[in-house]
Amino acid sequence: MYDLVIKGGRIIDQTGDRFADVAINGSQIVEVGPNLDHTGAVVIDASECVVGSGLVDLHTHLREPGKEDAETIESGSRAAVLGGFTALVAMPNTDPTVDSAAVVQFVLDAGKRSLCDVQTSAAITVGRRGDELAPMAELAALGVRIFTDDGNGVQNDLMMRRAMEYARDLDVTLAQHCEIDSLSAGGQMHEGEWSSRLGIPGIPAEAEEVMIQRDLALASLTGAKLHFQHLSTAGAVALLRDAKTRGLPVTAEATTHHFTLTHAEVASFDPVFKVNPPLRTSTDVEAIRLGLADGTIDVIATDHAPHTQQDKEEPFDLAPPGMIGLETALGLSLTELDLPIERILALLSWQPATIAGLSQSHGGPIVAGRAANICVFDPNAQWKVEETGGASLSRNTPYRGRTLTGKVRHTIVFGEAVVIDSVAQR
Amino acid sequence: MKHLLSIDDLGSAGIDEVLALTDSFVEVSSRSIPKVPALRGKTVVSLFYEDSTRTRMSFETAAKRLSADTMTFSVGTSSVKKGESIRDTVQTIEAIGADAIVVRHRSSGVPAQVANWASAAVINAGDGWHEHPTQALLDTYTIQKRLGSLEGRHIAIIGDIKHSRVARSNIKAFHAMGASVTLVAPSTLLPPSLDGWPVEVSHDLDSTLPTVDVAYVLRMQRERMSEALVPTLREYTERFGLNSRRADLLSQTAIVMHPGPMNRGVEIDAAVADRANSVVVDQVRNGVPVRMAVLFLLLGSGSEMFGSIDSFASEMESVRV
Repeated sequence: MYDLVIKGGRIIDQTGDRFADVAINGSQIVEVGPNLDHTGAVVIDASECVVGSGLVDLHTHLREPGKEDAETIESGSRAAVLGGFTALVAMPNTDPTVDSAAVVQFVLDAGKRSLCDVQTSAAITVGRRGDELAPMAELAALGVRIFTDDGNGVQNDLMMRRAMEYARDLDVTLAQHCEIDSLSAGGQMHEGEWSSRLGIPGIPAEAEEVMIQRDLALASLTGAKLHFQHLSTAGAVALLRDAKTRGLPVTAEATTHHFTLTHAEVASFDPVFKVNPPLRTSTDVEAIRLGLADGTIDVIATDHAPHTQQDKEEPFDLAPPGMIGLETALGLSLTELDLPIERILALLSWQPATIAGLSQSHGGPIVAGRAANICVFDPNAQWKVEETGGASLSRNTPYRGRTLTGKVRHTIVFGEAVVIDSVAQR
Repeated sequence: MKHLLSIDDLGSAGIDEVLALTDSFVEVSSRSIPKVPALRGKTVVSLFYEDSTRTRMSFETAAKRLSADTMTFSVGTSSVKKGESIRDTVQTIEAIGADAIVVRHRSSGVPAQVANWASAAVINAGDGWHEHPTQALLDTYTIQKRLGSLEGRHIAIIGDIKHSRVARSNIKAFHAMGASVTLVAPSTLLPPSLDGWPVEVSHDLDSTLPTVDVAYVLRMQRERMSEALVPTLREYTERFGLNSRRADLLSQTAIVMHPGPMNRGVEIDAAVADRANSVVVDQVRNGVPVRMAVLFLLLGSGSEMFGSIDSFASEMESVRV
């Protein structure tokens, strides 16, 4: 007798690709095999579907504490599980900043009541102001594995060196939002053909690339584990490719919007297309896709960044940057990337689970004895992105009305079916 | 055409249409009572988030000469200071009643956003560094009146192109009317990319001036120095100011233009601004009939026209007031 049986699906994980049922008791996978007896069990129909390990988002803005009208930990987690995510790493740019034990504990406690496994990153520097290290050891002891000033890059060279040296001792990862503020100052979109035409101040690709160059030099000096967030330029991908060839302990992510949209979208002046780093050129989009295909980029992240409708109806230069993305990430990846499903799952689940320090319970493989964190999706189902944007409290998706191929059917978090037939169960 | 947000909304045919109509309104403006009832019962609202006495006065005068009612929503005296969103303000204006909203904002793209929310016609009266289409229309009209046509003419736009909505609209309009355009500026005051722009670039004003029919001088703002775009205003004036020596390099028939307000002694010498070939005052004067033409095209029986100027002309004859 099992609590729950996922029937008739095609399992794709690190061990291969096969048709088998998955039996779950409590929070664990207890049996994987053909035609398991489902007498008395809750049956999850996975016919036509892929059964993969749950997705892991390394880059989610949950807005709580401080901006609960845009998103809460609970609403964000609901959007996450509808998108197939079983774990996420919250970004620390809340109000107050996640830079103290109290705020870390607040997020983790609220996360426990939510629909998925909510982990949090914490700031590298106090208040993300760049001039004083956050108590990284204390926060690491609470379980924080990723430190980032996301929204800002650490500007001061020496501060970044010290953070890397200190982080190396703690075996935590530093995740950098790469942007040299003095080069991007005032910029609202990619600097180039469209910013020039539209009369909007630009952010040059070099604002990102110069910081990557510095951080690669410092990674080489310190040996710290470094993760580069939301790569957006062809030059950035080339720098990472070279660094990996040299064997540096670095990883990188790209967002779904940076491989699907270009700066030409800004011609509408709709702030839904404002994001940081900005949408770049079609050459950059191609380079990101190539980086995802050849392993230069390890992770697809959402940079899910909810904003209220009134904030996104400000003039373009005054509106806050960011797009929501949890519910569209898998569909966009399957639709837009010409990659095999196991490669998509590596980018969305296996590899981010490792970087987040969650590979004990997330990111597969799907075998007996592992925690039951599972995403069941139909890779051929077509669906239209809703006008309302879905379960997020915010609606700032640039993909409204777009038809995607690949739909999440069921999501299992530690044995609980939190999404059944594409409907959140709580 | 429902809105005028960019010169792109008009194209060369649309510009021709506006300029032809402008001739009729110049005639109206010369009458002892310079007023026609063409827009009687219509309401034109000025929604200005940025100070601009001259553009606002020009639009309001144009509306009044067409017998439209006018309302002014100026930021200093409104609830915007209390944090009202632009969308709420637009809804309020429409609830009171507006047939056209004339929008000026320091941020590029605001008129386009307003057009998405409003059922009234929206006219861009200048947005950020983006566009200022009615300025380009009155400049084009002024050149056409002075030089006969823009076809084959060479126009230099001199100065801070990067931050200039006037330049962006003018380049489109001048090119659409057959002129060739040379931008004269240091690279720091040019847009970062000129891909797809129908322009030549020069960094040497002295060698450019003898070849042009129009020297269009842009305003140079003092804050550009603090952004390290030019070392000093003095050095800028040395290299790119239109002084008397340089004005002598112009051909006999060439004209000097400036969108105003002028910084005399910075981008243009006082003596040059007052020469006979300076058409700065003509530009301002032509602003009213050009804006009458735009308002009439968007709101009048002409909102479906483009090509019915003849019937309009006979209507004008019969409606003297």
